[in-house]
Amino acid sequence: MTRIEKLFSEKKQQKVLNVYCTAGFPKLDSTLEVMKSLQANGADLIELGMPYSDPLADGEVIQQSGAVALQNGMTIAILFEQLKEMRSIINIPVILMGYMNPVLQYGFENFCAKAAEVGVDGLILPDLPMYEYESEYGQIIKKYGLNLIFLVTPETKEERIRRIDDLSTGFLYAVSSSSTTGSNKDISEQEPYFKKLHDMNLKNPILVGFGIKDKQTFEAACKYTNGAIIGTAYIKALGNGKDVQMATKEFLEKIV
Amino acid sequence: MMTTKENILSPIGKEGVGPNEFGYYGTFGGAFIPEMLYPNVDQLKTRYLEIMSEASFQKEFRDLLKDYVGRPTPLFFAERLSKQFNTQIFLKREDLCHTGAHKINNTVGQILLAQRLGKKRIIAETGAGQHGVATATVCALKGMECVVYMGEVDIERQAPNVARMKMLGATVVPAKSGSRTLKDATNEAIRAWINEPVDTHYIIGSVVGPHPYPDMVARFQSVISEEMRWQLKEKTGSELPTHVIACVGGGSNAAGAFYHYINEPSVKLVAVEAAGFGVNSGMSAATTQLGRAGILHGSKSLVMQTEDGQVVEPHSISAGLDYPGIGPMHAHLYESGRGTFLNVTDEDALQAAFDLAKLEGIIPALESAHAFSALKQMTLNEKDKVVICLSGRGDKDLATYMKAMRV
Repeated sequence: MTRIEKLFSEKKQQKVLNVYCTAGFPKLDSTLEVMKSLQANGADLIELGMPYSDPLADGEVIQQSGAVALQNGMTIAILFEQLKEMRSIINIPVILMGYMNPVLQYGFENFCAKAAEVGVDGLILPDLPMYEYESEYGQIIKKYGLNLIFLVTPETKEERIRRIDDLSTGFLYAVSSSSTTGSNKDISEQEPYFKKLHDMNLKNPILVGFGIKDKQTFEAACKYTNGAIIGTAYIKALGNGKDVQMATKEFLEKIV
Repeated sequence: MMTTKENILSPIGKEGVGPNEFGYYGTFGGAFIPEMLYPNVDQLKTRYLEIMSEASFQKEFRDLLKDYVGRPTPLFFAERLSKQFNTQIFLKREDLCHTGAHKINNTVGQILLAQRLGKKRIIAETGAGQHGVATATVCALKGMECVVYMGEVDIERQAPNVARMKMLGATVVPAKSGSRTLKDATNEAIRAWINEPVDTHYIIGSVVGPHPYPDMVARFQSVISEEMRWQLKEKTGSELPTHVIACVGGGSNAAGAFYHYINEPSVKLVAVEAAGFGVNSGMSAATTQLGRAGILHGSKSLVMQTEDGQVVEPHSISAGLDYPGIGPMHAHLYESGRGTFLNVTDEDALQAAFDLAKLEGIIPALESAHAFSALKQMTLNEKDKVVICLSGRGDKDLATYMKAMRV
């Protein structure tokens, strides 16, 4: 059982808060400090984004944080170096999120091996499609005991949701609306979609992401699901130039 | 291989030209897209061949190519140029298409497809602006809303095309991220599609992007080599040249010019990339020379990137070749050895443009000028029959040409 699976089995009645941060942002060596602050202030799960030059699924704020991180010199190799001692201070589950190209250049199997070695629990690879997962990459991810979290959207047909649920492990990432990250589309209008997912009795717990920015949107997203993911709003808070610990505390106090 | 539906836009297409059912040309291609794009791309993948094979589609497409685009475009025997290189050179005059380049062959096809998919709105990316203009044109023709994403840098260097798009009723949105050129315009267009997936069709302008785009665009452009075959036959008695030369950024005009010759092993396919300041100068766009297998804009192909897999900013004097990737079909032609890949610097391309203007009275687009300069790197004789795809005209590049002439 990975830390992710354990988290959901222990927190059955409570809502899980997953917070996204960008590795190497705001400073190259901020990564662990940010993760520590998130853990200390009530995050249940950390989604750590690996910066990429061409992040297709991301809105402006996360794009910009990635550009800063790249300028700071962040690479996958440096990230794994930073995460070497992670498990001596971080005990909540950690997911690496990133686009396929940098991972392929690092070497897909190497990447999975290294991720497992430093104590990463799961992966989100938004541009890894099901076909490629089944034909090539899935077996490697499984070999290293990592969860792979797939995305579903309001446009995903029921039959496909079931197939994605079958392949996903850990949880299912329900994108709240058809958008890139940091969208302003109204979460409350998506209630029927969240309810539909709930009523499908899927194998995996469901976390909602995209457009969650405060207590109100968090609660709206959680009503029929197991929790939600906050990304853009937190990156904005971090980007204000404040001290990481202060910014994180202030931000999460308003949500948890 | 899709043997049953292969010959859709031409009676001559053969097995082995298109990708397999998952969009792969050898090891390149596929559809590496986030789930948000899946319904649109899947709908396209499921329906494009069926729609393109409908008689009503074929008729409307062919009629528009003839009466609106002005096809067939001439195949011109360039006598003085031939003499200079001691060979026989024919120019496929895509520069005479409506809007000034081959790009409109594809946009006419895709807008008819979009209509049949029930889409109400069109988005597109553009580099030099030729694809943007060709998209804005067919949107005006069909009364559809049109938004074109264009890098901020390109908006500056291709001002006349920006004005044309606006006059045609399109909205031009500057792409301000990254290198602010074609790569970033493509990112922005893809993001826009993610945000408005239901009524919008994305008209990709080159043989790049997730499957089925590379195949679909290649099929629409294949009209170029379809015409070349019968035109050559009329002029020389044989449908086969010895060489076909075309410039390659993403590779749409080359895909069209090569398409019906890929299965003719006697025909040498010469793709010409932009070397910028020189392949090893750090300011280049010669993807096959500088790239490695990677994923960009939804497909696996050769990609110019750092060791860590960050896509690098290419350089070419021509905005249309200023792209760090190449279509998966071309990556496969390169890796399999079926295609010969040459590259030409900014300076040599400029020189070739001036030479062609004086020798044949034709001012080519900077992109196409790269193909002409490649002649100097080839060994040709008087028996060879060389077809050069003159993909676009040079009006849009006048500012650059004037600077080079210092007038």
